[in-house]
Amino acid sequence: MNRIRLVAAAMAISALAVLPSMAQLKLNGAGATFPYVIYSKWFDVYHGKTGIEFNYQSIGSGGGIKQVIEGTVDFGASDAPMSDVQLKAVAEKQGTEILHIPTVLGAVVVTYNQPAAGTDLKLTPEVLAGIFLGDITSWNDKAIAAVNPGKNLPSMSIIVAHRSDGSGTSAIFTDYLKKVSPTWATKVGAGTSVNWPVGLGGKGNEGVAGLVKQSEGAIGYVELAYAVKNNLPYAQLKNRAGKYVGASFEAVSAAAAGSARNLPADLRVSITDAPGEMAYPISGFTWLLVYKSMKGKEKANAMVKFLRWAMGEGQSYAKELYYAPLPKEVVKLCDTKINAIKAR
Amino acid sequence: MTGKRIITAPVETTGDGEAILPVAAPSLSVSGRRWNPGDFVFKHLTLFFSLVLLSLVFLMGYEMYRGSAITLEKFGWEFLTTSTWDPVMDEYGALPFIYGTVVSSLVALLIALPLGLGVAIFLAELSPAWLERPLSFLVELLAAIPSIVYGLWGIFVLVPWLRLNVQPLLSTHLGFLPLFKGPAYGFGMLAAGLILAVMVLPIIASISRDVLRAVPNTQREAALALGGTRWETTKIVLGTAKSGILGATLLGLGRAVGETMAVTMVIGNRADISASLFNPAYSMASVIANEFAEATTPAYTSALIEIALVLFVVTIILNAAARLIVWGVTRKFRTA
Repeated sequence: MNRIRLVAAAMAISALAVLPSMAQLKLNGAGATFPYVIYSKWFDVYHGKTGIEFNYQSIGSGGGIKQVIEGTVDFGASDAPMSDVQLKAVAEKQGTEILHIPTVLGAVVVTYNQPAAGTDLKLTPEVLAGIFLGDITSWNDKAIAAVNPGKNLPSMSIIVAHRSDGSGTSAIFTDYLKKVSPTWATKVGAGTSVNWPVGLGGKGNEGVAGLVKQSEGAIGYVELAYAVKNNLPYAQLKNRAGKYVGASFEAVSAAAAGSARNLPADLRVSITDAPGEMAYPISGFTWLLVYKSMKGKEKANAMVKFLRWAMGEGQSYAKELYYAPLPKEVVKLCDTKINAIKAR
Repeated sequence: MTGKRIITAPVETTGDGEAILPVAAPSLSVSGRRWNPGDFVFKHLTLFFSLVLLSLVFLMGYEMYRGSAITLEKFGWEFLTTSTWDPVMDEYGALPFIYGTVVSSLVALLIALPLGLGVAIFLAELSPAWLERPLSFLVELLAAIPSIVYGLWGIFVLVPWLRLNVQPLLSTHLGFLPLFKGPAYGFGMLAAGLILAVMVLPIIASISRDVLRAVPNTQREAALALGGTRWETTKIVLGTAKSGILGATLLGLGRAVGETMAVTMVIGNRADISASLFNPAYSMASVIANEFAEATTPAYTSALIEIALVLFVVTIILNAAARLIVWGVTRKFRTA
């Protein structure tokens, strides 16, 4: 009797030991801070559904790319696509391609502290570039007045605020300025950190917002989500179609849809200055960086299933967390990418 | 000699006083004469630990030297003398950061030294006993506040105060000096210097107090006996403690040079060299903290590591100088 009981107990224990080991499949990732909020929501919900655990460290896009190259993570995440040099490095070190899977969209808005401008300041690409180049230095400059009729802007000097830390937000913003201003393209260029012609640097969105809030006459750029959450005023920008558009989730998705027709096969694309009447011009994708052939069959399967879920049900979480969901056209392109993921 | 004799013949009671020795001597003789494995291991283990610490410093220096190979080769000494910092073009010069670190630290010392010395003199020479302990505690408490808290205080209290009150006042009365020219942002070199002054103050005050206490009381008594006033006595004591106070100042300077978080929050983070304290600037520690995480090209990473190397060397030199000076003072009194 005793013996049978013992055996039964042993079997029960071993069964218990097997169960969690099956459920405890864990995928490690690292990268961008911008999509951290929705990723942690996704990973949490998905863990509840399937028991598959995702461990994501928001160390910044650059850090995510570095780890993907070194192969220390199962996936990475970045606000800026990897460069050709970086892709080559992955191919050499890890022996596989990297797929860029867009997950959600973000936008960068121009926030300002100028009581006389109200909440609907209008800016053209030329004026914005002029301000950040240091050519336009006063609020009553003719170029600003010309696009803001009826506003009596004072003769107050403009204080420019930018990010001091390397950031995907800066990368999108400077990428836009580079496209719309030849002077910017030759003098400054685009990147996560650039040699700013003028202005003060603040650390993070909160640093820039702090600089702007505290200094009357200041202008700076922050993520749309941050501006919405903190009720910051932001300017309407003239887009490529010549319409003034305020940033909104619809306007950001419209920018992605406008660019969808010309997306390159690898989905590495900047959608700043996008065509389309409704498109907000400083928008961008954020990507998950996934190995095309993943180590381990279980992990590859889990990744594919998760990505399919993220493209479908996952998108419905975007708006409540202040991200713009992917337009249908882009989701379709992502599906073919996801189907290409294999195990090795 | 006695030791050996005692061990071989421990009981040697001749009655002429030698009987006391066998009891006391063995403990004295062990270290010198008899080989004990435990002692040997203990001694070499602690020696090993000390050497590990030392080699850690050398390894850190070497690693930074190796990590900055690209920019060391590409820019050489020019890295320290040029002022373009352009990650897009891969052009790096560290001069604005070195300048920012040096000037903000000097501003901090200029403010903190007289204040800290005053606090130290009061605590060591003049304070009644009941006030001294709580006051010392409060001064040392300043050193325990995390720098991020100083930074937040800087953003929300110090910077608006500077912009709205101090800078307009300075520019109307002293605006002819290049130091106080330009628009009042609040953020900038002046804010960084002030916040560093607050952070450095407890170091200078508490070490100077200890140095002043180390001055023998006979000096004070002699001065007072000759009819010196409190002030004259203090002057004599200060003269004796001079080099120790210099050491305290250098330790404070070391703290100011290495401070990162609080500085980056108020300095304005702009790689510019400007005579005006109102203008935004940048510091070595801040640029590393701000840009390292997103530095993706090899040359960019290398440039930041080279800045770390410069900072490392400067900090070591400052601290070594401070230690040497403080040692000099204490040794003088021990031999005297």
